Amino acid sequence: MLTRSLKDRLASRLMFLVTFSSSLIVFLMALGLYARARPIFSAKPLGELIFSSSWHPMKGEFGFYPFILGTLWVTALAMIISIPLSLLTAIYLTEYASARVRGVVKPLIDLLAGIPSVVYGLWGVLAVVPLIRDYVAPLMGRSLGFIPVFSAENLTGYSVLAGSIVLALMVFPIIISVAGEVFRSVPDGLREASLALGATRWQMVKHVVMRKALPGVVAAIVLGFSRAFGETMAVLMVVGNVAMIPSSIFDPAYPLTALIANNYGEMMSIPLYDSALLGAGLFLLLMVLCFNIMARIILRRVLGERG
Amino acid sequence: MANPHISVHNLNVFYGDHHALKDLTVEIPERQITAIIGPSGCGKTTFLKCLNRLVELLEGTKISGQVLVHGLDIYRPDVDVTEVRKKIGLLSQRPYPLPMSIYDNVAFGPRLNGLKGRQELDRIVEDHLRAAGLWDEVEDRLHAPASRLSAGQQQRLCLARGLAVEPEVLLGDEPTSALDPISAQHIEGRLLDLKENYTIVIVTHILRQARRLADYVIFLYLGELVEHGPAADFFNYPKEARTQAYIRGEF
Amino acid sequence: MDKRKEELIFQGLMIASALIVMGSLVFVLAVVVLKGLPALNLAMLIQAPKGGYYLGGEGGILNAITGSLCLAGGATVLALLLSLPIALFLQMYSGKSRFSEFARLSLDVLWGVPSILYGAFGFTIMVFLGVRASLLGGVMALTLLELPIMSRAMEEVISMVPFELKESAYALGATRLETAMSVVVRQSLPGILTAILLAFGRGIGDAASVLFTAGYTDSLPSSLFRPVASLPLAVFFQLATPFPEVQQRAYASALVLTIIVLLISLGCRLVAGRFTAHVIR
Repeated sequence: MLTRSLKDRLASRLMFLVTFSSSLIVFLMALGLYARARPIFSAKPLGELIFSSSWHPMKGEFGFYPFILGTLWVTALAMIISIPLSLLTAIYLTEYASARVRGVVKPLIDLLAGIPSVVYGLWGVLAVVPLIRDYVAPLMGRSLGFIPVFSAENLTGYSVLAGSIVLALMVFPIIISVAGEVFRSVPDGLREASLALGATRWQMVKHVVMRKALPGVVAAIVLGFSRAFGETMAVLMVVGNVAMIPSSIFDPAYPLTALIANNYGEMMSIPLYDSALLGAGLFLLLMVLCFNIMARIILRRVLGERG
Repeated sequence: MANPHISVHNLNVFYGDHHALKDLTVEIPERQITAIIGPSGCGKTTFLKCLNRLVELLEGTKISGQVLVHGLDIYRPDVDVTEVRKKIGLLSQRPYPLPMSIYDNVAFGPRLNGLKGRQELDRIVEDHLRAAGLWDEVEDRLHAPASRLSAGQQQRLCLARGLAVEPEVLLGDEPTSALDPISAQHIEGRLLDLKENYTIVIVTHILRQARRLADYVIFLYLGELVEHGPAADFFNYPKEARTQAYIRGEF
Repeated sequence: MDKRKEELIFQGLMIASALIVMGSLVFVLAVVVLKGLPALNLAMLIQAPKGGYYLGGEGGILNAITGSLCLAGGATVLALLLSLPIALFLQMYSGKSRFSEFARLSLDVLWGVPSILYGAFGFTIMVFLGVRASLLGGVMALTLLELPIMSRAMEEVISMVPFELKESAYALGATRLETAMSVVVRQSLPGILTAILLAFGRGIGDAASVLFTAGYTDSLPSSLFRPVASLPLAVFFQLATPFPEVQQRAYASALVLTIIVLLISLGCRLVAGRFTAHVIR
């Protein structure tokens, strides 16, 4: 018959074990991926893996450059689109909107966060890609086409822009909610002080709230970036999956995540292929880890315990 | 004091670097109401919570000294802290009913100690709700959530709950300060009835309450013991200058 | 610039941004509903595809619906068994120690891991163990996905239980375990249920983690060790076919998935209001 204090101690040990093992999962993942990825790192110099554009797995050539750039293009453009929109929305919600408006908008943003990535992908294929192909690209091509980044040749609509738009939607809720929390943590006293000096609301926000909240806002952006960096399905469905280095936002691209997802089937049949792909996975994991740790540490300091 | 129920020797409490209780040595008489008085923040609640070892729940607290209950030091390493807390119950300032029905609140303690028989539990619940003066008001809704009671009723429920584990000592941390005057009066009446069977120690910052209720008074100031004694002696012939000043209402 | 003009301009920009964000949500939902509603009928919901999901015409998406429910259901149960102890431990036993800071950071970082990596990691384990793509594999990968979401949400709710409430229970002689089970969990019940729903919703919608690990099939789930279909993959695989009947299944799957997510969102809101009978304010 277990006494009460024995039960308590047993439970405490068990809970510790569960917590401890769960906190090791991330490391186990990194280790596991590394173990499978090692062959490619010993077979090819790191420089070649990163900077070579030659991707011919059957011939044993694994140049990741186009894919790395593909990821960077899509993610960067997604951030360019989403950062201003998200921050402005967050500021609006915390500083301007009435409680009623907030009550309507917040659940909608939560909904945005809950929509599965394949549904975004579906929307991308059915709406965004045709829009780009039939309207946006020809329009921009005519007016801004002389700027290389907007040049619109070889248009299928499956492009960096399509991927970025879809990613931006997925990033909105993250930046809006985290930045919102950061803004709310700025003490009202500061706001009152600057308003009392005759500042308009926007001036108060620009000079006081944003300044105080800057580290937290940066952390929110980093979290959003990390999400965009690692997103797979939605991007995969609209970005074209052509292994080239994009030179325009209307060009197709092939992000690393899409590379892994598309080729897992053939991974095992070609030598070093699985190792290469899991190496890419390891790279993704390490990048995301860095981003997340940085952001979380900043947020812990800004928001207190629950960062 | 002939046979104190609780004997405190050289009790020191540190919250981090803050020396909250400074070398307290005092005794608490049996089957009487002892009032611990003093201005806010002077360690009264800390002292109270040392008596049932709740003070150690806060992280970073260091306690040294002895607290003897009927001769046994409750801080000895081999003592089961849950047994200590069973013997020395606490009524907090704000009522905190547990998130369950009225019946389950009172039955919580006995159930922890293994009581399962329905009839026995029924009896215990009724007895202690009566002792707390709440039975008449709730006997027809024992299974309603405790959260629906008024603050005064909740406090009486907490009293019943605390009594149900059959403690020897009942501690009260400003037990009426969050209540309206009528409920406060009710609780004070209960305490006066209960002292026949329990040793009661209450913290209060209301001098008049101490005058009404106390048989014995302990005056703490800034974590130090200033003066203590039987209530009549204390209020009519205070010895220390600080005591006199406090009784006159100067701080 | 005149400060009042600046104020008006930025107010305008802010409202425009909020409208754009909201408008895109409406746009997405509109497309899903417009395409999915015509495709949704009783036959679609209660039949599995006949004749090869990628090529064949007849049949519905029952394989994906039941498969998703099994995958997400199993993963949610497993994640619950792990998350509740973790949340209780971090809040009631470990407090502010360095270990709990480390554990929290580690779980927060896990929260941000792209789901494809759960699939990739799960895949490497499965290869190592010689296991094929199956319901079990998918459940494992999804559990990894749901765990940080659930434990974080649960910990947040549990941390809001007032200290004095726990103290009241301790004062009656309760152990930490007894206080955790009888008082803390009860007090946080609405939040715990919300956390479960949240994690379930996230798990049922994820494609990348089950892509490698759960496989895909036409049939209904029959065994833990056979591949299983899922709604997200149903959309993914069947969208790009040249056969319109197959595409219809993709649209229907997307709509069903979206409806499930909407219901869960509603459910969370209802739960927050409902199970509070005993909760102390």
